[in-house]
Amino acid sequence: MAEDIPIALELAKKQREIGVAEFFARNRHLLGFDNKRKALMTTIKEAVDNSLDACEEAGILPEISVEVIDIGNNRFRVIVEDNGPGIVKKQIPHIFARLLYGSKFFKLSQSRGQQGIGISASVLYAQLTTGKPAKITSRISKNSPAHYYELHIDTQKNKPIIAKEDIVEWKKEHGTRVELDLEGSYQGGYQSIDQYLKQTAIVNPHVTIIYTNPKAEQLIFARVTNELPKKPVEIKPHPYGVELGVLVRMLSLTESRTLQSFLMNEFSRVGSGTAKEICRNAALLPTTKPKDINREMAERLLQGINKTKIISPPSDCISPIGQELLEKGLRKEINAEFYCATTRTPSVYRGNPFVIEAGLAYGGEQDPEGTARIYRYANRVPLLYQQSACAITKSIINTSWRNYGLSQSKGALPVGPVTIVVSINSVWVPFTSESKEAIAHYPEIIKEIKLALQEIGRRLSIYIHKKRKIQMEGAKRSYLEKYIPHVAEALKELVGYSKQDEEKIKKLLKQILEEKRGRLEEIKIDNPDYDEEIAKIGNTSSTR
Amino acid sequence: MTKTNVLKALKEKATSIYKSIIKKKTPELELPLRSLSNVKYDEKEGYFEILGKKKNRTLTVSTIKTFAQTLRMMALSKELIQEDDLATKREAYYVSKNWGEAMFKTQQDSDSIIDDVEAMMMVNREQLGFIPEEKGGEVAGKLVVIDRDPETKKPIRIDCTKFGSGAYSIPISVEHLKFETKAKFILAIETAGMFQRLVKHKYWKKANCILVSMGGVPTRACRRFIRKLSDEKKLPVYVFTDGDPYGYFNIYRTLKVGSGNAAHINKYFCVPKARFIGVTPQDIVDYKLPTHPLKDVDIKRAKDALKNDPFVHHYKEWKRAIKLITQMKVRAEQQALAKWGLNYVIEKYLPQKLKNPKTWLP
Repeated sequence: MAEDIPIALELAKKQREIGVAEFFARNRHLLGFDNKRKALMTTIKEAVDNSLDACEEAGILPEISVEVIDIGNNRFRVIVEDNGPGIVKKQIPHIFARLLYGSKFFKLSQSRGQQGIGISASVLYAQLTTGKPAKITSRISKNSPAHYYELHIDTQKNKPIIAKEDIVEWKKEHGTRVELDLEGSYQGGYQSIDQYLKQTAIVNPHVTIIYTNPKAEQLIFARVTNELPKKPVEIKPHPYGVELGVLVRMLSLTESRTLQSFLMNEFSRVGSGTAKEICRNAALLPTTKPKDINREMAERLLQGINKTKIISPPSDCISPIGQELLEKGLRKEINAEFYCATTRTPSVYRGNPFVIEAGLAYGGEQDPEGTARIYRYANRVPLLYQQSACAITKSIINTSWRNYGLSQSKGALPVGPVTIVVSINSVWVPFTSESKEAIAHYPEIIKEIKLALQEIGRRLSIYIHKKRKIQMEGAKRSYLEKYIPHVAEALKELVGYSKQDEEKIKKLLKQILEEKRGRLEEIKIDNPDYDEEIAKIGNTSSTR
Repeated sequence: MTKTNVLKALKEKATSIYKSIIKKKTPELELPLRSLSNVKYDEKEGYFEILGKKKNRTLTVSTIKTFAQTLRMMALSKELIQEDDLATKREAYYVSKNWGEAMFKTQQDSDSIIDDVEAMMMVNREQLGFIPEEKGGEVAGKLVVIDRDPETKKPIRIDCTKFGSGAYSIPISVEHLKFETKAKFILAIETAGMFQRLVKHKYWKKANCILVSMGGVPTRACRRFIRKLSDEKKLPVYVFTDGDPYGYFNIYRTLKVGSGNAAHINKYFCVPKARFIGVTPQDIVDYKLPTHPLKDVDIKRAKDALKNDPFVHHYKEWKRAIKLITQMKVRAEQQALAKWGLNYVIEKYLPQKLKNPKTWLP
């Protein structure tokens, strides 16, 4: 009888390993390819992020050209070319045609890319929608040739398939060029490519981006500084927040002979004193061999770590945008009356140091009845999607802006002529998904964001208060001025002086009253940094 | 003060403001404080004398409107005097409608500014060219008023016994009037109703007196009329009001010693000779009068009088009277005497009261 065969055996025949590429091919929304419009945007974002990371790591001032060509039938050709260090021949197929392959996953330092998924996912998406291979050109120096590849991904094995391999003539001494054909849709507006490139240019003033849109119009975001941002230093993990599994693996891989030297060598901010204290708090001998530590002992070690006071991780692994630049970015984009920005001191979540920055622009040409506009950045990358799922948005909602002079309904963003920008910088930015669109809700992060918002909120309230006072003073003065002529005229009738005298009296009265009240401050927009052309980009629903 | 003097004073005030503006100093208007806290009761003279308390109207945001209005009102006064014209307080209010932003919203505001100017110049508002529109009061009884024909300026004799059931109206200005009388006293009455009853039954003939209806708080003309008549003909003045704090202080006290609000003119408008014959709080008890409960405003008025009124402070009899009425918490109207018959007031009450000065209040 068929029933005699255990069903599990039958089922077992169907069970097999799922290829990573296969998995993502089916779950492409996890990577930000949920719709055609977003797919085009994500592809460009991944390519540009990679280019910027590569340039900065190599100490090269980035010059990136982005070209989007409408090839008809809802298909677009995306060409991103940089002047970066290039990629060695052997690595080219792996970087572009293999998921979860990269360098940034393993090191703790601030970079835009993290997981090694982005660009290969774009290649995969292009392959799925058009069947066309990715065309890659890369050259590492003028003494080496430029290598050209046409690549597919073997989705089952997550391995590159090389369709074509060549050496080509290339005018660039070094750099990389990626060309992909994919299905997409091109639109303007807030979540557009234009907007993304503009915001990237604003917080990365050392970058030049030349952008040619599908209408063959060219936008050039020229660099405004030749100084590269401070290069973030690579750090070792901080003991706080290290997880048990990671700790066990580190213990088994270490070359250190004793527990004390393991703690000192493998972690940041642990000196001999701290190491000994951890051991004491864990009831373990500092001389224990790391390889002899079993799971139960490792758990004690973890508790010991948490009981010990250890200074925060060094922050030189983080290179924040800086309050000056954040404010300048706002000034370029928005013609407002008041700007301010702040950079918090570094803090830690799960052992990862991070720095929150926040800024705002108030008043001026902004809609006084609209909901606050939000700009979010993570490691200098603008976040355009999933605003409502983001810890930044949540923190803004949970801050009581009424205290700072804005109106706000419960559980909603503040309302008023205001734009708020929040930036998180970390060696490891916790996103809610691989598409890197929203920040995860870690309490430590939310707390820091709120503190930053409260700081700029207080400065805003001082300004709003002052503005109201000035407006009231203005009203009082116009009231005074209304009655000055009556005083002068009545005096004329009583004393019987000339028309000339009447004018003189009016002038003197105004002087006397003004002297008494002090100089009236003016509220005006004083913003030489404002760039109307820039502000327009990506803010109209149809592209120009 | 003569017209020329008033004109001179107006110009002087304005010139001092003009000069301080030229000197770039904040201009100020100095006004006497118009309230009970700025008067003292002068027993010898028998009226509220103004004290020296002043308020300064410095030109600021909160005062510039009234400042401009005060100057405008002064200018209007100048014009009226120069052209030998008069304006009622209501007309002055309408003139202000021509002042753009400086116009008055209500006549109360314009009246208050007129009072300010009057107090500032220390003159009677009639001398500034402003007259009230209210009636001055009514007179019946043994009196001949000698007035002038407004056109011919010839004397006109008005016999106040010859108005039948009506009465003679006191004009707004009384300074030019002359009197002939053989009456023994003047009886000033609060309500028109009581006055009517006394006129109808010719009480003035029976008692040989002059009846004056004040119709509530006596107007300045009414006060001046009674004062002039009583002074010139050496007649005592008896006052008969409702038995409540309004009758005692707003009516009787104002007639006798003047008010805080117009303290600068009390000297001419008071009737120090006046005596209060009823209805006293004791009368309410003695005559078992029907009563109404005291209203909150009455209680407040009584307490204020006890606390702030220099006149009440001066007379323990009045203090006692207030204490009594606030204890009883009731008031009685003049007409309540009708409980004992419509003519009880003529036949019993008034004769009894007039005979017995011990039942009066000072």
